[in-house]
Amino acid sequence: MSAIPVLEVRGAVKSYGAVRALRGVDLTLHREEVLALLGDNGAGKSTLIKAVSGVLTLDAGGILVDGEPVDLASPAAARLAGIETLHQDLALFDNLSALQNFFIGRERRRSRWLGRLSPLDERAMAREWEERLERLEVRIPSAHRDVSVMSGGQRQAIAVLRAVAFATRVVILDEPTAALGVRESRQVLDLVRRLSHEGVAVLLISHNLEQVMQVADRAVVLHQGRTAGEAVPTPENHEALVSMIVGATPTHAGGEPA
Amino acid sequence: MTSRAARIGVREGDGGRGGAAIRIALALVQTGPVLILALLVIAMSVLSPFFLTGRNITNLGFQTSIVAILALGQLLVILTRGIDLSVGSVIALSGVLGGIVAGGSAAGASSGHGALVLLVMVGCGAAVGVVNGVVLVKGRVMNPFIVTLGTLSIVRGAALVFSDAQTVTGMPPAIQWVGTGKLGPLPVPTVLVLGLGLLVWGMLTRTQWGRWIYAVGGNPEAARRVGIPVHRVLMSVYVLCGIAAGIAAVLVAGRTNAGSPTAGQLVELDAITAVIIGGASFFGGRGSVWNVLAGALIIGVIRNGLNLLDVTPFWQSIAIGTLVIVSLELDVLRGHLEERLRAAQAREDPL
Repeated sequence: MSAIPVLEVRGAVKSYGAVRALRGVDLTLHREEVLALLGDNGAGKSTLIKAVSGVLTLDAGGILVDGEPVDLASPAAARLAGIETLHQDLALFDNLSALQNFFIGRERRRSRWLGRLSPLDERAMAREWEERLERLEVRIPSAHRDVSVMSGGQRQAIAVLRAVAFATRVVILDEPTAALGVRESRQVLDLVRRLSHEGVAVLLISHNLEQVMQVADRAVVLHQGRTAGEAVPTPENHEALVSMIVGATPTHAGGEPA
Repeated sequence: MTSRAARIGVREGDGGRGGAAIRIALALVQTGPVLILALLVIAMSVLSPFFLTGRNITNLGFQTSIVAILALGQLLVILTRGIDLSVGSVIALSGVLGGIVAGGSAAGASSGHGALVLLVMVGCGAAVGVVNGVVLVKGRVMNPFIVTLGTLSIVRGAALVFSDAQTVTGMPPAIQWVGTGKLGPLPVPTVLVLGLGLLVWGMLTRTQWGRWIYAVGGNPEAARRVGIPVHRVLMSVYVLCGIAAGIAAVLVAGRTNAGSPTAGQLVELDAITAVIIGGASFFGGRGSVWNVLAGALIIGVIRNGLNLLDVTPFWQSIAIGTLVIVSLELDVLRGHLEERLRAAQAREDPL
């Protein structure tokens, strides 16, 4: 693994009133790595990824991208840093079409000087949509249909694609297969694998340990706002991971320590 | 590789035969306002020989113009799940200020510099829009109904203060021309409605900012997450709505050759009515310019037609009120149909 991690979180602290969601979490993510973030409900996973995706700011601690400290003060800043997120609630717009959802916030414009009032370049977007889906080996023919009339799986697919297609450094996937069947889950996991080979790092949040073992190179476990440990997710380490998740043994099992 | 490409969310899946029927019903609901308008026009022209005369149609366009322009502004606000109750008061304040700048007085003296008066009147609308937007965004209130209910009262009060509760008579010729003039066969107000309609339609459907307006209304939290400047989008729609109200004020002032502190009372409700009859969703994110203009025309046709038929005005309000409720139900029906379609889709294409 390369020396400089693509993403590093140092001493992350975040409280909501009296509730301390993160009490000093460290996390490193390397290029071409699929890192699973595990933990029970309330362990701090959501808070941590919200900080990395710019949805909320940390009380203390820092985030480094390619070794440089960054201020992810807004989701736009995170996107600009090459970090894309698939949120658990998908963050789709029911009143917009699949293609409009895909490009939302980064629509292609026909000219420079009218800024955001410049006419949209619909043709370029249609072309780019085709190209990107082809590159990811995915097809969604109903590009111009509102997502409000699409099935749960199709909606999930569009949200996954939006996160995956535009990520240049890190893609965060929060329960990416929640609404998918077995076959489609596998396809998403394949996609995750392929992404990591293209140089993008993947931070995967999943409750499904089987899935994690299939695709992740490394698993970090959070427990009550702290890093409980980490391990290479293999069948042999299954039990160790489970006990870290429930908070039984706060040690490193297998793999080398962080 | 491509043959076993990851086929996520593939098949076109129109949801089978049931899906096709639902799709047609959905399309009918979406063109509802234009259909209602067409039916009304047919009914009125059968019932009254005067309805379809050129003169009456011209008259109708003229009468509808003020509500139509206000409705265009209101549409932008309602698309973002908002509402602007202050537009009627803007017509009063804007008219009064315009009259004062024109050098008019209660005695009624008309003078020149039309461009300056125009600027002041439209600027007054924009300024009220800025206040609405700033209070809403920075005040952490996030309740547009209450914020604009406040400005409704403040702005109306300001109009009364500045005018000493007197009508300021005398507008420059330019303003009068905008309110009553003709461009070829068409009244200037009608041309203005069409022009502004085209402008708003272009912005909403052809620009990034327009798409963001729909996005903010469709899912405000998601809009924030994907990096859309939600606050600036919200600000912009209130300012644009204020500008629309300022333009409507020019029409009113031009037509009456005066700025009255009591002008435009309750006209905000007509504008909201036009937007709702025009099929825009009160829950945000859905609505189109042409349907909303159809909505404004529906109100106009009902009033005009029933007048021609010698029906007492009381029935006009009952008819319009009924349509408002029908429109709301149609919006609920739309949501229901989409739900059914989604279920049909999932059955046909189990992912």
